[in-house]
Amino acid sequence: MSIPIVIICLATLWFFPMWRIDMRAPQYPDGLSMQIWINDVKGDVPIINGLNHYIGMKTIHKEDFLEFVFMPVSIGCFMAAGVLIMVLKKKILYYVWTGIFLLIALLSFADFYRWEYNYGHNLDPNAPIQVPGMSYQPPLIGYKKLLNFEVLSQPDIGGWCYIVSGMILVGITCYEWKKK
Amino acid sequence: MLGLAVATTAAMQSCKMKTAATAVQGDAATKTYVAPGKYDEIYNFVSGGFNGQVSVYGLPSGRLLKVIPVFAVNPENGYGYSEETKAMLNTTNGLIPWDDQHHLDLSQTNGEQDGRWLFANANNTPRVARIDLTTFKTMEVLQIPNSAGNHSSPFITENTEYVVAGTRFSVPLGSEDVPISSFKDNFHSTASFISVDKNTGKMDIAFQIVLPGMNLDLSHAGKGPSHDWFFFSSYNTEQAYTLLEVNASQKDKDYIVAVNWKKAEEYAKAGKGKKVPASYAHNTYDEHTQSATSEIKNEVLLLDPKDCPDMIYMIPCPKSPHGCDIDPSGEYIVGSGKLAALIPVFSFSKMTGAIAGKQFEGDFKGIPIIKYEAALHGEVQKPGLGPLHTEFDGKGNAYTSMFLSSEVVKWSLKDLKVLDRVPTYYSVGHLMIPGGDTKKPGGKYLVAYNKITKDRFLPTGPELAQSAQLYDISGDKMQLLLDFPTFGEPHYAQACQASLIKDKQVKFYDINKNGHEYVTMGEKKANVVRKGNRVDIYMTAIRSHLVPDNIEGVFVGDEVYFHVTNLEQDWDIPHGFAIKNNPNAELLIMPGETVTLKFTPDKQGIYPFYCTDFCSALHQEMSGYLRVSPKGSNVPLKFGTGETVTSVAAK
Repeated sequence: MSIPIVIICLATLWFFPMWRIDMRAPQYPDGLSMQIWINDVKGDVPIINGLNHYIGMKTIHKEDFLEFVFMPVSIGCFMAAGVLIMVLKKKILYYVWTGIFLLIALLSFADFYRWEYNYGHNLDPNAPIQVPGMSYQPPLIGYKKLLNFEVLSQPDIGGWCYIVSGMILVGITCYEWKKK
Repeated sequence: MLGLAVATTAAMQSCKMKTAATAVQGDAATKTYVAPGKYDEIYNFVSGGFNGQVSVYGLPSGRLLKVIPVFAVNPENGYGYSEETKAMLNTTNGLIPWDDQHHLDLSQTNGEQDGRWLFANANNTPRVARIDLTTFKTMEVLQIPNSAGNHSSPFITENTEYVVAGTRFSVPLGSEDVPISSFKDNFHSTASFISVDKNTGKMDIAFQIVLPGMNLDLSHAGKGPSHDWFFFSSYNTEQAYTLLEVNASQKDKDYIVAVNWKKAEEYAKAGKGKKVPASYAHNTYDEHTQSATSEIKNEVLLLDPKDCPDMIYMIPCPKSPHGCDIDPSGEYIVGSGKLAALIPVFSFSKMTGAIAGKQFEGDFKGIPIIKYEAALHGEVQKPGLGPLHTEFDGKGNAYTSMFLSSEVVKWSLKDLKVLDRVPTYYSVGHLMIPGGDTKKPGGKYLVAYNKITKDRFLPTGPELAQSAQLYDISGDKMQLLLDFPTFGEPHYAQACQASLIKDKQVKFYDINKNGHEYVTMGEKKANVVRKGNRVDIYMTAIRSHLVPDNIEGVFVGDEVYFHVTNLEQDWDIPHGFAIKNNPNAELLIMPGETVTLKFTPDKQGIYPFYCTDFCSALHQEMSGYLRVSPKGSNVPLKFGTGETVTSVAAK
């Protein structure tokens, strides 16, 4: 019963961005925004790249992310597995399915953190602006002030749907487990 | 005893001369206060007079938002100096760097503002310009042949079918050499009708109506029932050619010239006109190539009223009329005899009735003169001294500026009674109510554009800014709200609600749509190309460097063209470009744009160039060097950015 809902929630990832990073500075009253999709990075990326060259941060290019190939494939496989479990109707498979979901979520966050860390720390030593001790790693989630920019990192519509599907999976798994 | 003292004080106070300070009262400050970060509700386009430009103000704050270069060069952004814009100021006599810009008209559809284009006239070298309201850029300039003193221009018809241009200083048609004293025989005024393409706005002279030698002063199109007609005021129907001050003020009445432009259009189509040779420039700016081109045209169609019956009539109008204004209903034609002690108001329906009933009192050089009383709706008695221009509020009221008595007079169109008067500071010329010359005026504000400033602002030596006053006209009594300085000498102005154009402003140009011949699509494409003594530099600008920023192998006498492409794709990140000792102006290059600055070095040396628009934290670093070597030396052509002697050696 819960499986189709989870699959539908995950399908939203192809229609909505999963994560967004919003930035604001005095010179950018309307703010700048970057949206991370399951297979793309969109928004004011060229402007952000232009600004980041001052601090020597690497420019962001869609092509650099193998994740944009892996992620749709793995989520797609996961959704297909869901259909299979629906047919087989084995509880144990549902538990395994939930486990895989949590694993994907964990790996994704770790990977996201790794990218943010690398962008924020591996800076060009010849960059025009160098603030001693300063790194520019954006927050994994939440708010951070980086020089003249305020940065807010949070899930977008697709991401929230992903979180909802995770809650459903974990909730039902716990409920079924206790019932035994 | 006490009573006497009070009475004496009161009497003494009443003896005091009234000062300007006493004129401001109530909540004027709150009505004009636009809080920081908030927007004005109205765009006010103000003619620049002898500065040749158009200023844009916000109302009700009176804040200056922009100066649009139109008929005068503008070294500040390179208009008229860059290779792309020189052609905009081209005429049959070459590039003319200045003009006298008097009147403006916003494009209309069905008699209402549509927020597409702004038209501007040049009085001295007759021209009409069209400004695009998404970029606030001059897109087109059309020269008017067979004319001089293009004053009754650029007024438009209800659907912007035509923009008119009327001659103030009659001249001989063609280029015949004639004595000035042969004015009556050889001099003519013309009323030119310029067609405007519905979609592109492109202008073309459809026909010119040849009129007797006299001075056409101002004009306005009919609307509603009078849609087919255009009305021009005239003076000097005495046909004086010297000491006009006296000799053109002899007759008791001059004329309002009523032109049936629909009829004229039919006559032109029917081949009643005569195509004659005439030379005039037509300059257009192409947004795709980001460059202007100038075409010299060589023919124009003339319509002679003799061959076109029922096309033109004269309505007698007292004492050298100036303003010629049509009320929102299209029924009333207000002529303002600047030397008259009254304001005649003509009725369109009575005028057509008089034409049908042949109520004429003779003719002026073959053009029928309608009997004054037959066309008259009535006269506003004792309105003030020196009536010039009239605007309307859409509530049945008219507002006329009085130059000599320095006041605005509000009167009723229905019974022609004066309702209110307020002083202006000083000697008002034109008035403007937003949409005040359309079918749908906004009845909230009125602005008076004055000719004399004197003590209104902190003094700045003998040469002062002009002063304008903003009035609240929403109530029965007009209320003075604000003084603000204007530049050049404003004549007519236009205004529209900000919402009409605010949201369609272009923020930057899409670099992928840049079709400039010398665009540099990315730093890797930066280049320097020599062909004979012409050197083309394909340069890019992005925060905070220029590519190339070191250029060698250029020689004295070379013609060097810096084609600078601004690679930015973000709002409000222009870059500037200037080079030392260049007897030329600078450039301002908007994001996504390519602009070219020419430099012909006549001395050997190192010439720094730099970005002049503070673009970023490292703006001061955004500079480079051009090495100019003596003619005939063998310095190889070399250019780049970021290459130093050591880094080159390391490679």
